[in-house]
Amino acid sequence: MAQSLRPPTRRPAAVQPATRRPDAGRPTSRRPVARPRPFRRWFAQTGWRHLVGVAVVVFAAFPLVYVFSASLNPGGTLITANTLFGNLSLQSYVDLFNRPQQPFAAWYVNTLFIGFSASAGSVMLGALAAYAFSRMRFTGRRFGLITILLVQMFPQLLAMVAIFLLMLSIGEIFPAIGLNSQIGLIMVYLGGALGVNTYLMYGFFNTIPVSIDEAARIDGAGHARIFFTIILPLVSPILAVVALLSLVATLSEFVIASVLLRDPDKQTLAVGLYQFISQETSQNWSIFAAGAVLAAIIPVALFLALQRYIVSGLVAGSVK
Amino acid sequence: MSAPTTTRPDDRTADGRRARRTAETASIGWKLLLLKITALGLLNAVSVYAAMVLFFNERWLIGTLVVVGGAFLTWIYFQRGALPAKYLAPGVVFLLIFQVFVILYSGYVAFTNYGTGHNSTKDHAIHAIMLQTQDRVPDSPTYQLTVVERSGELGFAVTTEAGEILLGSAETPLEELPDAVVEDGRVVGVPDHEVLSFAELVERQQELTTLAVPLSEDPNAGALRTQDGQRAYVYTSRFVYDEAADTMTNTQTGDTYADGGEGAFVTEAGEELMPGWRVNVGLENFVRAVTEESIRGPLLYVTAWTFAFAFLSVASTFILGLFLAIVFNDPRMKSRRYYRLVMILPYAFPGFLSALVWAGMMNQEFGFINNVLFGGAAIPWLSDPWLAKFSILLVNLWLGFPYMFLVCTGALQSIPEELTEAAQMDGAKPFQAFRQIKFPLLLVSIAPLLISSFAFNFNNFNLVYMLTGGGPRDIEAGINVGSTDILISMVYKVAFVGSQSDYGLASAFSILIFFIVGTISVIAFRRTRALEELN
Repeated sequence: MAQSLRPPTRRPAAVQPATRRPDAGRPTSRRPVARPRPFRRWFAQTGWRHLVGVAVVVFAAFPLVYVFSASLNPGGTLITANTLFGNLSLQSYVDLFNRPQQPFAAWYVNTLFIGFSASAGSVMLGALAAYAFSRMRFTGRRFGLITILLVQMFPQLLAMVAIFLLMLSIGEIFPAIGLNSQIGLIMVYLGGALGVNTYLMYGFFNTIPVSIDEAARIDGAGHARIFFTIILPLVSPILAVVALLSLVATLSEFVIASVLLRDPDKQTLAVGLYQFISQETSQNWSIFAAGAVLAAIIPVALFLALQRYIVSGLVAGSVK
Repeated sequence: MSAPTTTRPDDRTADGRRARRTAETASIGWKLLLLKITALGLLNAVSVYAAMVLFFNERWLIGTLVVVGGAFLTWIYFQRGALPAKYLAPGVVFLLIFQVFVILYSGYVAFTNYGTGHNSTKDHAIHAIMLQTQDRVPDSPTYQLTVVERSGELGFAVTTEAGEILLGSAETPLEELPDAVVEDGRVVGVPDHEVLSFAELVERQQELTTLAVPLSEDPNAGALRTQDGQRAYVYTSRFVYDEAADTMTNTQTGDTYADGGEGAFVTEAGEELMPGWRVNVGLENFVRAVTEESIRGPLLYVTAWTFAFAFLSVASTFILGLFLAIVFNDPRMKSRRYYRLVMILPYAFPGFLSALVWAGMMNQEFGFINNVLFGGAAIPWLSDPWLAKFSILLVNLWLGFPYMFLVCTGALQSIPEELTEAAQMDGAKPFQAFRQIKFPLLLVSIAPLLISSFAFNFNNFNLVYMLTGGGPRDIEAGINVGSTDILISMVYKVAFVGSQSDYGLASAFSILIFFIVGTISVIAFRRTRALEELN
C-alpha cells in the first residue's frame, strides 16, 4: 500500500528528466557503437523509470493476482486467501456451477445475452443517427445535436426510480417486457444508446469524405445501400469501439439491472455476484473469486485485443 | 426534422432530383423492399395488439399514444423523403421513452408520496385494509368449496347451502356459474378452469389461506376464505367503509378514520391506517428534505462529500496518470509495452468486481491488507467514517489512473517536441518549459475529459455501493445513509434498500442531482465551447 502511494509525491523530480530529453539524448546518440552506459547515467536516464514502472505494476496488478490466487484455493474463506498461491486447484471453478441458490451459469448466459443485444442495438441506433446528422442537412439538426450532447450529461441511472415505476406499470399489462424481464432491461439500455454513442460516432462519420457517397450515388446507389454497404464498413473502427465500450458498460451495470431483474435465474453477473458476496461475506470467498475471474475474462480479453481502437475512442471523449 | 434539404448540388435542379429518385428506387431492390414491408407489418401488428390490450385495461391515453406513434412511424417509412427521420426514428423512440420520459416522470414522482404504504390507488387501499383485518362471521353458513385455477390465478367454485353455484377469485367477486359439473353438492368441473388436486392444494397452501374472494363489489359485504381448501366461510372486516362520508370505521373500537388528504385514513388524534394510497403532495418532499433535521443534515454532508469525492478522484487519477505518462513517454526506455499492458489491466477489469475484490482485501478482520501488509493490525479501512472515505479514494485511484495515463500519453504525444526545444533555446529551465508550454497545451485537450470524468465520478454508484455500501451507517439520520454515500447511492438506498421505500423522496433527491449535473454541464459547455463547433 505504502509503496503504491509514492509515485504522485515524486512528481517534481520526475518532470525534469522527461523534458530534458533532447539535450540528454544527444551525447549517447553521437557514439557510433552502442556501448553499455555507466550505471549512474543509465539510472538517471531510464533506470529510475523502471523503478516507477515496477511500483506501478505491483499496485496495478496486485488485486488481480490476489483474486486469481484466491480462486485457486478451494473451500477458501477470506482469511485463507491471504496465503498467495498456497494451494492450486480448480475445484472452486467446479463448485461455482453447482450451487442451486446462486445459478452462476444462468447469470453468465444472461449477462452475455443482455450485453451483446444491448451493445449491438446501441451501435445500430447510434450509427443510424450519426449518419443522419453527418450526411444530411435538415431543420432541427443543430437542435438535435445539442439535445444529444445535453442528454449525454444525464445518465439513465439518475432516473432509476422512474424507470422502475415505469417498468412496474408496463409489467402489469405486458409482463413480457415489464419488470423482471430481460427484454425490458435491454430496451431500457437502448434508451441510453443515442445519448452516449451518437456524438462519438458523429465525429468519426464526419472524417469520411462526402465524395465517396457522391460517387456511389452517381453509380446508382440509394441512401440505404450507401449506408449499409459503403459507410458502415468504412466506419467499422468506431463501431468496434462503441460496441466494446457499451458492452463493457452493460456487463458492469448494476443499478438498473438490480432494480428490474428480480428472479435469481434472470439476473446478471453484477447483480448476482454482489448478492453472493453480501449474503456470505467472507465464507465462500474462493468461489466468489472464481466467479470474478470468469466474469472478467471476456471484458479483459476484448479490451486487450482491441486496445488500439479503444485508446483512440477514449481520447475522443468517453469515460468508463 | 421536416423537409430535408440535402447538400448535394444536383438537388437544386428538377432533373437532378428526378435522377436521384430514379436511382434510389432502382437501387432499393426487392429484398430490401420485402424486409421493409415485413418490418413495418410487424411494427403495426405489435402496436395494434398493444393498443387493444391497453384499451381493454382502460388505459385510454397510453393506448391512443401507441396507435398514434405506430401510425406516425409507418408514415415516416412509407413516404418518399423525410430521410433524416427514417434514420433517427429508431433511436429517438427509445430515447423519448427511456430517457426523456423517465426524467419527466421522476419530476412527477417527486411531487407524490409514492412509496411503501402508498403504492396504489385509494380503491386498492380500501380493499387491502379490509382484507388485512378480516374475522370470520360467527355462525356463518358453510360453503362447499372447490379450488380452481385459471392461468396461474386461484379461484373459488362454491355451492351454498341453498344449492346455488358461484365462482369468483381475488379480483372478481362471486358470480352465478350456470354450467358447472356438480357431484354430491360439490363442484367437480368448471369450464376453462382446472380443478386443483389435493396434492396441489397442499403445495399452494400458503397462497390458498391468504386468498379472499369478495362476495360482491361492495367492500363491506365481506369475503370467502378457507383454511383447508374444502370448506369456505364468510369473513368480514372489522372496518366498515362509508362511501358517502369517505370514512373507515372500526366496528370493534368505534374509531373513525377520515381521508386526511395525505394519502391515508387518519383519526382525529392523528393515528394512520395503513396502507394508504398515492396522492400528489406538492412540494412536501422538497420541504422535508430542507426542513427536517434528520434528512437535511445527511443531505448536506452527502452533497458535500459527492463534490469532494468527484473532485479528489479526478485530481488524484489525473496527477498519477500524468506523472506516469511523462515517465513512460521516453523512447529510450525499454519494454514500455509490458508496463503499459499491466497498467491498463485495472481499467479493463469490470469496475464492480474490482470494488468487491478490494472490499475483501480491506476487510478489517480477515482482509489481506490488515493481515499481511500490516501484520495483523485491525485498521478499520471500511468502517471508520474518515478512513472509509480515504479507502474509496484509494480504490478509485486504482480504478481510474490507467484511463488518465492513456489519455495523457495520447495528448503528450500530439504536442510537437519543437515547442519544448524552442523554449529551452530561449533559456527556459526544463520544468519551466513543461509547466508553461506543454502543460497548458495538454490541458486544452484534456480539460473536456476531466470534466466528463468529474461528471462520471459524481454518479460513480458502483464503486461506492460495492466497496462500502455507503457505510458506515449514520445512525442519527432519519434515512438509510452512511458517511461514504454519494447522492446517487443515497437515492438508491432510499428507494430500494430496506423495508421502507420512499420513491417520492428519492425522486426529489434525483431532481436535485439533475440540477447540479445540469449546472456543471452548462459551465462545462461554456468553457469548452463545444457548442460552437457544431455546424
